[in-house]
Amino acid sequence: MSKKWLGLAAATTSAAMLLTSCGGGGDGGGGTEAEFDAGTTSIVNPSDEQGGTLKFAHSDQFDSLDPGNTYYAANWSFTRFYARSLVTYAQQPGEEGLELVPDLAEDLGEVSDDGLTWTYTLKEGLKFEDGTPITAEDVKYAVARSNFAPDIINKGPVYFSQLLDAGDYEGPYEDEDLDNFTGIETPDERTIEFKLKEPFSEFDYVAAMPQTSPVPADADTGDQYQTQVVSNGPYKFESEWTPGKTLNLVRNEEYDPETDPLTRNRPDKIEVAFKQEENDRDNRLMSGDLHMDVAGLGLEAAARGKILRDENLKAQADNPQTGFKLYFAINPNVEPFDDKACREAVLYGADKTAMQAAWGGEVGGDIATNMLPPSTPGFTEIDPYGTPEHKGDPDKVAESLEACGQEDGFDTKISYRSDRDKEKKAAEALQQALAEYGINAELKGYEAGTYTSEQAGSPAFVEKEELGIMAYGWGSDWPSGYGFFQQIVHGDSIKGAGNSNLSELDDPEINELLDEAAVTDDPAQREEMYAEVDALAMDSATLLPYLDQKALLFRPENVTNVFFGESFKMYDYSAMGLAQ
Amino acid sequence: MITYIIRRLFAGVGLLLIVSMVVFAIFFLIPRLAGTDADGLAARYIGKSPTPEAIAAVKERLNLDEPITVQYGEFVKGLVVGTEYDSGTDVIECSAPCFGYSFKTGTEVWPQLIDRLPVTASLAVGAAVIWLVAGVSIGVLSALRRGTALDRAAMMVALAGVSLPIFFTGLVSLAVFSYYWGIFPPGGSFTPFTENPIAWAHGLVLPWVTLAFLYAAMYARLTRAGMLDTMGEDFIRTARAKGLPERTVIGKHALRSALTPIITIFGLDFGLMLGGAVLTESTFSLPGLGKYAVDAIRGNDLPVVLGVTMFTAVFVVIANLIVDLLYAWVDPRVRVGA
Repeated sequence: MSKKWLGLAAATTSAAMLLTSCGGGGDGGGGTEAEFDAGTTSIVNPSDEQGGTLKFAHSDQFDSLDPGNTYYAANWSFTRFYARSLVTYAQQPGEEGLELVPDLAEDLGEVSDDGLTWTYTLKEGLKFEDGTPITAEDVKYAVARSNFAPDIINKGPVYFSQLLDAGDYEGPYEDEDLDNFTGIETPDERTIEFKLKEPFSEFDYVAAMPQTSPVPADADTGDQYQTQVVSNGPYKFESEWTPGKTLNLVRNEEYDPETDPLTRNRPDKIEVAFKQEENDRDNRLMSGDLHMDVAGLGLEAAARGKILRDENLKAQADNPQTGFKLYFAINPNVEPFDDKACREAVLYGADKTAMQAAWGGEVGGDIATNMLPPSTPGFTEIDPYGTPEHKGDPDKVAESLEACGQEDGFDTKISYRSDRDKEKKAAEALQQALAEYGINAELKGYEAGTYTSEQAGSPAFVEKEELGIMAYGWGSDWPSGYGFFQQIVHGDSIKGAGNSNLSELDDPEINELLDEAAVTDDPAQREEMYAEVDALAMDSATLLPYLDQKALLFRPENVTNVFFGESFKMYDYSAMGLAQ
Repeated sequence: MITYIIRRLFAGVGLLLIVSMVVFAIFFLIPRLAGTDADGLAARYIGKSPTPEAIAAVKERLNLDEPITVQYGEFVKGLVVGTEYDSGTDVIECSAPCFGYSFKTGTEVWPQLIDRLPVTASLAVGAAVIWLVAGVSIGVLSALRRGTALDRAAMMVALAGVSLPIFFTGLVSLAVFSYYWGIFPPGGSFTPFTENPIAWAHGLVLPWVTLAFLYAAMYARLTRAGMLDTMGEDFIRTARAKGLPERTVIGKHALRSALTPIITIFGLDFGLMLGGAVLTESTFSLPGLGKYAVDAIRGNDLPVVLGVTMFTAVFVVIANLIVDLLYAWVDPRVRVGA
């Protein structure tokens, strides 16, 4: 059932793309004139022209260029230039961009009757940059190294190691015999069978991660592989790359566009400069000297003000939701939040308009009333702790405080990431709103680099320091309720360090619903379950969502085929070209 | 003299050991005192979602469960005799002086330092020439024309130079000279001298001038004050009484004496700058040592922070030694070892 639905979606998408590519340089594929926010839902400046150097800048650097060792949306989007995965996302604006299409595989995954085997067949004629044919074994090796060698490769997600039935396999660096990796079987050179411990209905999304991009075992250099990734996509590394230095990608002559569902070979060359000062980067974007901010997090305050005041510049900007939910987690293990009514007092007392102002007003985000992001399939708007104009409800706060036996209020602490100015301001806004009701919150700032690993993400630290309320934000690993919720509300995701379930929510009903959704084939049924999880999570009164974050993105006039990709929640880099 | 140099060199090595201990303690002890355990430290080196298996594996790989003394001993051992790292498929030899291995970027620290040194050195040398020539000349002129319009104008500009932060003057200069007039290349432009000397200088003009503006202003004020003091000294009056030309009195007698404190400060400034002109490199996105250090601090990349700190400390120690030796040459009143 699931397979048919996804197959139909893929066929529709492919047809739409075919029409687009046949449309020449015209306005095909939903192309539109450059105007504010046009790129959020349509293709701006559509063109089939090829050539030029597409210049990206990064204010920091990728966590890794190794497709098996990275966990940021920007990287996943960017690796599509040189690392094709078994499955990928359609190259379309709007909701259609959330649909999966087979990439290296001939089709989406075929699941066995017992739900324990997912099979993919590689297309014919696929080659690495050196002309060597790509085999199923190369995909198997890629998954083995990225998920089963945590001492060496540990920056990416580990869904495969959680899902695959691989026994005590210790990874290819400890155990060189790949036959001992039983989580994947390769009966012939083109067939890849993933063997699961439990059925998992959303496996195609996992197969869409760059970790399924094949790696030839003899070219693997462990944690050094990012310096010379062996390409199977339209571009390859010009030479061995040194981290921090400018990355240059040139055309891969062995790439065959006929095997590719996407058109991702428009520029002749791609260049990424790292560690670029943010304000300087924005100025370069506006001057057209630079084409794209590859991190896709949006412009700095100075450029935002300039763009919003200037109609011409504003017409080159987009303001989409980033899929990132901003919220405060309330920990029921810290007194007095062991009493639900005390948690409710916080939820009713919050002034979300002040928090929105802290993030720059409407350009910074839309006020959120529930946890599931609006662009997630199955999203249903609910507001169980609604207050007049989102500014707080004094009567409800008083009722809640009385119910938890703290009529005069209480003392607590709010933690935030001290080097994230907007988050700090949002925490201050919450502090001020709660102070009106006698809830005195002390602000505790910690650096972002250690916040999840050592403070808010360490339950022992939270209890010791009595961090009752913690500022946080979360985006989905893939566009479904499971991809969003699993790490932040499932009891099994609670960890001693690096914990993202800050509320330490371990509700059997929520756990069961997520587990059941994982084995449910029907997407519509799954979406209902996620809506239910959303309602239950909100009902726990341990989560105070306040904003669906938005970013102000800029697209220079000389960049073609620009649109916001809903899959990675940033401009779809793979489609871009340059006006010649 | 030789004994003095040897004594100073030993003192320098002792100082470097103390610096390394302090930095090591800051990054290893303080998090522990703040409640972080070895798991938390290990999680710093893992991606967004560290699993217990990954934390255990990284703890073992980085010896995070070992006592701090053992970990520090490993670091010093690496500096002296080198060490080895496992990349998964190969053993990476990190030969002495092994400043460590960045587990965040998967790179050895020493080659990164050496790679970035030309950027920082280019920036520091160019800017130092400008600020010394401009700062000292303006300071001397101001002192000799004390109270005139030239003096006042020069000191006003100097005040502006001292007051305006580099990230302001840098961004303004980029906006005007790079994006508006297009005379100079944008931020992030660095061409090695050996590749193209003209492009090298062209790309560095804005960072040089921006950095030199701040220091020239300070040096102008210092030189002016020094010159005013010296010009009132008895030996200047004696020189003039002997009938020496004014140029000799100022150039050979007054300036030499006034330069002593300038050289002291220059030695420190230049040494520190070779360790990275943090703000200038960040503003102009230059891949130098300063930017490397800032990024490492932001990313909690201890081996890199430790490496850059040690590297900078070496420069400061050497620059101080050279300054001390230069004293004797510049100012006859000073004698080494006196």
